[in-house]
Amino acid sequence: MQESVRRRVFPVVLILTAAFLGLYSFGVYKAYQSIDPFATESIGNGGEISLVDTQVLFSATLFGLSIFAVLFLGTVLAIFLTHAVVRGDAERGLLQPLVVRPVGRAALLAGRFGAAALVCAVYVILVYTASLLITHWVTGWWPDQIFLPAIELAVAIAVLVGISLFGSILLSSIANGIAIFMVFGAGLVAGLLGQIGEALNSDSLNTIANVASWALPFEALYQDALNRITSDTEGFTKVALSLGPFGGAQPAGAWLWPWVVVYLAALGLIGLWAFNRKDL
Amino acid sequence: MAAFRAQGLAKRYGNVTALGGVDLEVGEGELVGLLGPNGAGKSTLVKIACGLVRASAGSAEVAGAPAGSATARASLGYLAELFRFPGWYNADELLALHQRLAGSEGGADERAELLDLVGLSEAKTRKVEDMSKGMQQRLGIAQSLVGKPRLLFLDEPTSALDPVGRRTVRSLLEELRRRGVSVLLNSHLLSEVELVCDRVVILSKGLVVAAGRTEELARPRGVEVDTDEGTKLFESARREDAPKIVADLVGAGQNVYGVRVLETTLEEIYLEAVEGETS
Ligand SMILES: Nc1ncnc2c1ncn2[C@@H]1O[C@H](COP(=O)(O)OP(=O)(O)OP(=O)(O)O)[C@@H](O)[C@H]1O
Ligand SMILES: [Mg+2]
Repeated sequence: MQESVRRRVFPVVLILTAAFLGLYSFGVYKAYQSIDPFATESIGNGGEISLVDTQVLFSATLFGLSIFAVLFLGTVLAIFLTHAVVRGDAERGLLQPLVVRPVGRAALLAGRFGAAALVCAVYVILVYTASLLITHWVTGWWPDQIFLPAIELAVAIAVLVGISLFGSILLSSIANGIAIFMVFGAGLVAGLLGQIGEALNSDSLNTIANVASWALPFEALYQDALNRITSDTEGFTKVALSLGPFGGAQPAGAWLWPWVVVYLAALGLIGLWAFNRKDL
Repeated sequence: MAAFRAQGLAKRYGNVTALGGVDLEVGEGELVGLLGPNGAGKSTLVKIACGLVRASAGSAEVAGAPAGSATARASLGYLAELFRFPGWYNADELLALHQRLAGSEGGADERAELLDLVGLSEAKTRKVEDMSKGMQQRLGIAQSLVGKPRLLFLDEPTSALDPVGRRTVRSLLEELRRRGVSVLLNSHLLSEVELVCDRVVILSKGLVVAAGRTEELARPRGVEVDTDEGTKLFESARREDAPKIVADLVGAGQNVYGVRVLETTLEEIYLEAVEGETS
């Protein structure tokens, strides 16, 4: 069941990924050519002249962009793999012969989650690594943290896999696919709102962003991953980064990890409850 | 202990009553045909038995275990009315998957035997997506037999099969009977059911409207004789009366061209039972 799921989607995702990596290499290379890495850019700050490390600013922003793309591509893959797992497959008659076997619904659901989360995690880590190497190869820059952001992205996708599987129990496959994309978009918008809120010191915007990252923890994980790539960068470079859409996002609190576990477990339990009651 | 027993089984989908309290039993080693017009609730009953659908009321037991429990599911084989297998599996891989899920240790021998039973040996490595509908249905039947279940639920197993395929399934059912497997067979093909089933149950609008042994349901309907004066029907006559009727007619100087002993067919019983439903 697992290996077969992969076969169906693999070509599409492979082409998308190759297109992204090609574009990304080309873009980073061209962009890097157009700036002078040794020049310093100045921003005015009350008469003082402060220096920003252009190379770091540039590399981190581009890499931030690629992390967004990794999350996006991972989401596409996750949706592909899971959007129709319950209702869609039941409507097509794929699910019934499996559910009748003694392994049962819980094992089936867990198996689907595990397989999809694993495939997506491997995929996300591979694309992340490829972007990392491309960025380094062009600019010579390494992020401040390399491993944790990759893990966080993989877990963020696992959360999306969980949400998508959960949705597939309640919604028809098309409705679920659209819903998950909207949830994904909502998460990102909330994250950007949070950044704007930070910049403007707006409490209400910050509250919205906070609630959203609890409700959709993949967003908090993504933000934390973004934050980690420049976690040790200081001074005005950091300030400049944090103004951009892909830089200097918010670190997550210590509660993020336990919350992700609780969140997935709750999704799983409620999902299983709904699945068990469902007529197929 | 009955292989399958339903008591007062009812199912409502919203305000549609699919089953309105059905009692039905399939004995050990018995082949029972479940008949009824479209929408009578046949598939619903089988789905409840397999744990796919939750009953609204009543109880269903498979080999003594509540329908839907893991024990119950472990002892049955099921061919759904509408099913599909993932297109990228070939016949052999699909059976292997179901062997894994059913915990069958039959290995390659079991798979080869099953494919042979349904006449798919030739297509062992053919992908499901490259199979015709009837071939997929044959594969579905093979799938339902994985793990040697003691009880089979077949929901219209021959709907897509060619005449030879139907014949194959008929002999397969007879073979299963020899092995003591119990079968509940949903079908619209009355002649088929008449030929293989020990007993039939006719559902209409979610209720049992007729049930009985196949031969009990078939009542004598007289003897028909073709003579010079046309066809004569002797309504109260039976098979043993035929020689005398012919002798009398010949004695009276008539030529006899043909004699038929009439019985009500399952079709007539069926039409009578679901009267007004089907038109
Ligand atoms: N998932 C469902 N939701 C709502 N109503 C349903 C559902 N499944 C079946 N029904 C209704 O339940 C009734 C019985 O359906 P069922 O499929 O059991 O009939 P059937 O006897 O198998 O018919 P057929 O000979 O056409 O296969 C029908 O009125 C049908 O419309
Ligand atoms: Mg049916």
